Amino acid sequence: MLSRATIAYETYGELADDKSNAILICHALTGDQYVGSTHPVTGKPGWWERMVGPGKPIDTDRFCVICANVIGSCMGSTGPANKADDGKIYGMRFPVLTIRDMVRGLVGLLDELGIEQLHSVVGGSMGGMQALSLAANFPDRAARVLAIATTARHSAQNIAFHEVGRQAIMADPNWRGGDYYADGATPDAGLAVARMAAHITYLSEAGLTDKFGRRLQDRDAKSFGFDADFQVESYLRYQGSGFTQRFDANSYLYITRAMDYFDLAEEHGGRLADAFSGHANNSGARFFLVSFDTDWLYPTAESRHIVHALNAAGAAVSFVELSAPYGHDSFLLEVPALDRAVRGFLDG
Amino acid sequence: MIAQFGGSLMADGQTLRPDLAAIARNISPGTRVLDIGCGDGTLLSHLRDQSQVDARGMEIKSELVERCVTKGLSVVQGDADRDLSEYPDKAFDYTILSQTLQTAARPDHMLDQLLRVGREAFVSFPNFAQWRTRTALMFGGRMPVTRALPVSWFETDNIHHVTIADFRELIAQKGVAVEGCWFFSGGRAISPIGANWRAEFAVFKLSR
Repeated sequence: MLSRATIAYETYGELADDKSNAILICHALTGDQYVGSTHPVTGKPGWWERMVGPGKPIDTDRFCVICANVIGSCMGSTGPANKADDGKIYGMRFPVLTIRDMVRGLVGLLDELGIEQLHSVVGGSMGGMQALSLAANFPDRAARVLAIATTARHSAQNIAFHEVGRQAIMADPNWRGGDYYADGATPDAGLAVARMAAHITYLSEAGLTDKFGRRLQDRDAKSFGFDADFQVESYLRYQGSGFTQRFDANSYLYITRAMDYFDLAEEHGGRLADAFSGHANNSGARFFLVSFDTDWLYPTAESRHIVHALNAAGAAVSFVELSAPYGHDSFLLEVPALDRAVRGFLDG
Repeated sequence: MIAQFGGSLMADGQTLRPDLAAIARNISPGTRVLDIGCGDGTLLSHLRDQSQVDARGMEIKSELVERCVTKGLSVVQGDADRDLSEYPDKAFDYTILSQTLQTAARPDHMLDQLLRVGREAFVSFPNFAQWRTRTALMFGGRMPVTRALPVSWFETDNIHHVTIADFRELIAQKGVAVEGCWFFSGGRAISPIGANWRAEFAVFKLSR
């Protein structure tokens, strides 16, 4: 149990006097509040700058976009790398948290900002889980719910991939039961492997083949050793090591665990439609689910499952499966149909 | 396009196609409607704006779903042959299947689903027994390509051509009641007399 929590957030655009134009964007597993502005650690553009900004599909000339770091993460909101009340760093003493806990934190932020009802809540992947959880548990807080490339529950396969990542972290001798903050020797090798394994799940096989094929990295012939001969190996190593610069290994453990525990139906008596009973008969929010045909992490069937539940609950729901080559990561990349769909839904 | 009316009936985008207009006139305000194969949502937005209908749709093409969503409509991308079964019983006052029955894998099963999900159903379809079609087949000896059925046999979505007489026989076998029927030729409503010979399109309102 956390006695109190800090929520770090960014806003983009002006909040209208009647506070009717607020859009909450929920970030994914390793995302943060820098949705539309330069990341302070990496110096890279915001993670969804192609979608969020002046004149963009989520238009900050019209909407006030709010994006907060989730509880358990490591970019300013309370997480395992912070100090507990006893003045010592939480580490693994940090309570195991759920997607619903993250959403409680976000709703606390909305209360603080005096926003009773969002124009929209928007999220992809784990952000979509938060958007759905917010709709289920706080049905009056958002007039529109846009959930992209997401699921209402983690499958065995999803949990399995996360477990590989967690075991990689915990097998790193530097992890030391999560108590690694004092001397700067952090479990980077384990965290990098976790990121590498996860990163594969965000891409499609065709996308990987297209991008790397069997091409070699900076060499004319295979070395027949264990160096990164192939471009795809070099790419994954780069992704892994870059990730350790900006992310805390314990946060990775806690957030992946929260995703694994996510089962929106289970929270509501086992029937997913009951999770959305606050949206029956056209009185509730408008929902829009978007999936991608090459996403094998949260495939279209998962979105359809949510759509069927919303239909059974009598909620106003739209759904589209978009064609894009990039797998799960499609929601972050250049997919013009997604831009059109997002803009259209927010305007409609 | 599954089938189309001749002329410029959709010219200004405001005028409903006559079969859709007949359906719209016979839907009570404030009801719940599911339009299966709703296209760009022309009928749904008309029903929502003119009759305060809680209008929902199903459409197989993602570009058309996007256009519906932009209009503020609630439309789910789906295949009626497969996804209609996911809707609860009597979830809607009306289901609408316009010019799609003849493309279904099993039109008889589709009819069952329409009347399971909706209390009443509107079904419209091109009539294969219209005299132009009959004469084209009789004298041409080839699958007809007419103004009502403009696509060649090898590329048409119409895999179950049906006549008004066939349709009446099927619903009679199923014990489905006809609450109303309307017939059209050349973009205009025509009388029911000799409809199986004269009508290019038919609209039936059904209940069970």
